[in-house]
Amino acid sequence: MTGTRSGSRVSRLPSAWHLVLLPLALVMAAPLLWMFVTSVSTREDTQRFPPSLPSSPHWSNYSAVWEQQPFGQWLANSAVVAVVCVAGNLVFCSLAGYAFARIRFRGSRPLFLLLLATLMVPFQVVMLPTLLIVKHLGLVDTLPALILPNLATPFGIYLLRQFFLALPRDLEEAARIDGAGRLRVLTAVLLPLMGPPLATLAVLTFLTSWNDFLWPLVVTSSSQVMTVQLGLATFQSAHFTNWPVLMAGTMLSQLPVLALFLVGQRWFVRSIATTGLR
Amino acid sequence: MSAGLAARSPATAARRGRGGLRTADDVAGWSLVAPGTVLIGLFGLVPVVWSFVLSFQTNDLQTPATWAGTKNYRQLVHDPLLHQAIRHTLVYSVLFVPLTLVGSLLVAGALNRRIRGISIYRLAVFVPVVTSTVATGVIFSWLLDPQFGLLNAGLAEVGVPSQGFFSSPDQALFAVVGMTVWGWIGFGALIYLAALQSVPQDLLEAAQLDGCTRAGAFWRIQVPLVRPVTAFLLVWLTINALQLFDEVYVTTKGGPLHASTVVVYYLWQQAFAYFHAGYAAAISVVLFLVIAVVTLVQLRLTRDAEDGG
Repeated sequence: MTGTRSGSRVSRLPSAWHLVLLPLALVMAAPLLWMFVTSVSTREDTQRFPPSLPSSPHWSNYSAVWEQQPFGQWLANSAVVAVVCVAGNLVFCSLAGYAFARIRFRGSRPLFLLLLATLMVPFQVVMLPTLLIVKHLGLVDTLPALILPNLATPFGIYLLRQFFLALPRDLEEAARIDGAGRLRVLTAVLLPLMGPPLATLAVLTFLTSWNDFLWPLVVTSSSQVMTVQLGLATFQSAHFTNWPVLMAGTMLSQLPVLALFLVGQRWFVRSIATTGLR
Repeated sequence: MSAGLAARSPATAARRGRGGLRTADDVAGWSLVAPGTVLIGLFGLVPVVWSFVLSFQTNDLQTPATWAGTKNYRQLVHDPLLHQAIRHTLVYSVLFVPLTLVGSLLVAGALNRRIRGISIYRLAVFVPVVTSTVATGVIFSWLLDPQFGLLNAGLAEVGVPSQGFFSSPDQALFAVVGMTVWGWIGFGALIYLAALQSVPQDLLEAAQLDGCTRAGAFWRIQVPLVRPVTAFLLVWLTINALQLFDEVYVTTKGGPLHASTVVVYYLWQQAFAYFHAGYAAAISVVLFLVIAVVTLVQLRLTRDAEDGG
């Protein structure tokens, strides 16, 4: 940040800020670029010092990862958990967010505050009792154990409630006078106007669910129900020096979120910037 | 979805007169919030209370719990390994939070301009935001590999001998700091950038007409104006620093020689390696209180600073 002043008077030339930004971008991107380079290297390539680029891309690490580990299964598990959690949050948080914003029912305010208060509790505090509850339900080491605790979140309810509050009341009252029930008003009139916050909630829920680690670590143990993050961590402790295969696995585990990020970069950036959550 | 169906005809439901609920609004409201409330109640509220109860029990997560009184809390006061873990968490937080905070602000300042290729630079900075903690840990174990890692190769170029990083008791915790700063700086920069972009341009132009340099305008106008974001990030980064776990689990497993055992890692070990779930619950209750107090103090301090400015 020493070049703060340098670019001000030479606007026709390429900005001097490139001298700051290019190295910065390289340093930030280096770990991920190196992951990719290693994922197409041979094991011999990674055992040279200093390291060098592989002479030709060696794609077989990807098939090796796929064959040695139930990687497809792990990816599928992560996808099922993330998609169901997104769907659950969209439905349940819409219903609750709408009710808290628009219906004056007895106990709504204390209930809302109570639900919101759970946002302040660190996950580690609820982790052990949640495990015991899941155990009582007979769901340890199953996909529902990964899904249920994240199927509706106080954050989602709060977020959607704020947006419902911002919608004009007239819209709803007109439809109500025409005889539409609450649920019909919600689905036909209000939800179509809630595109941006619903997309934000979907994006953040997917990201959180896909990248979650501690809860899957605690509640699952068999390979068939592992998510890809947990699978990757166990894979790493078993193959900790086979870097090309390990990096290929890491690539695969990040590909869905990276692809989503590249396609919907604007959405991701806006979602995170407006809600301040990761 | 049965709750939703009930809400379809709130009037009819009310006429049937269920329990103490009288008006149509009560029935509609409670039916709509029911699914979310049940889920959050079962997996959010009940566990908080249970956690508190658990902290007064001896529980190995397998056999029925027995009452332990205040034993867990007394043990907590005299546990040198826990105290060491607390020290590590403090050292980690004291380094991680300011480095990430200042780093994100400077990066966002650098990214806040319209020049060719800026979207590529932003992409490079933001990608770590979506990278999982596990992937970050695996990638950095390779980058910081003592024998063949890229960073040691870079150090060799400038004549510095190979470092142990995660495998050195003196360096492990600092390597974790470096790795997590990389993981979080894009997040901070993203939020700062959105805030910086909302600072009115004419304010900066006016300052420059008055003879203020660009750097001066950045520090004296933009930075004070984004203070709410700074307050939010300070709290959020601190909360996350105190809860550090994933990256430690993947890279060092708390080692070598406990050198990077932080509080939550120790808590996890107590619960799942030694099956002292009651003791782990006591640690989690204390962690909860510490986080609550730190958050309140930080919010109070940042609010006072704002009032003063």
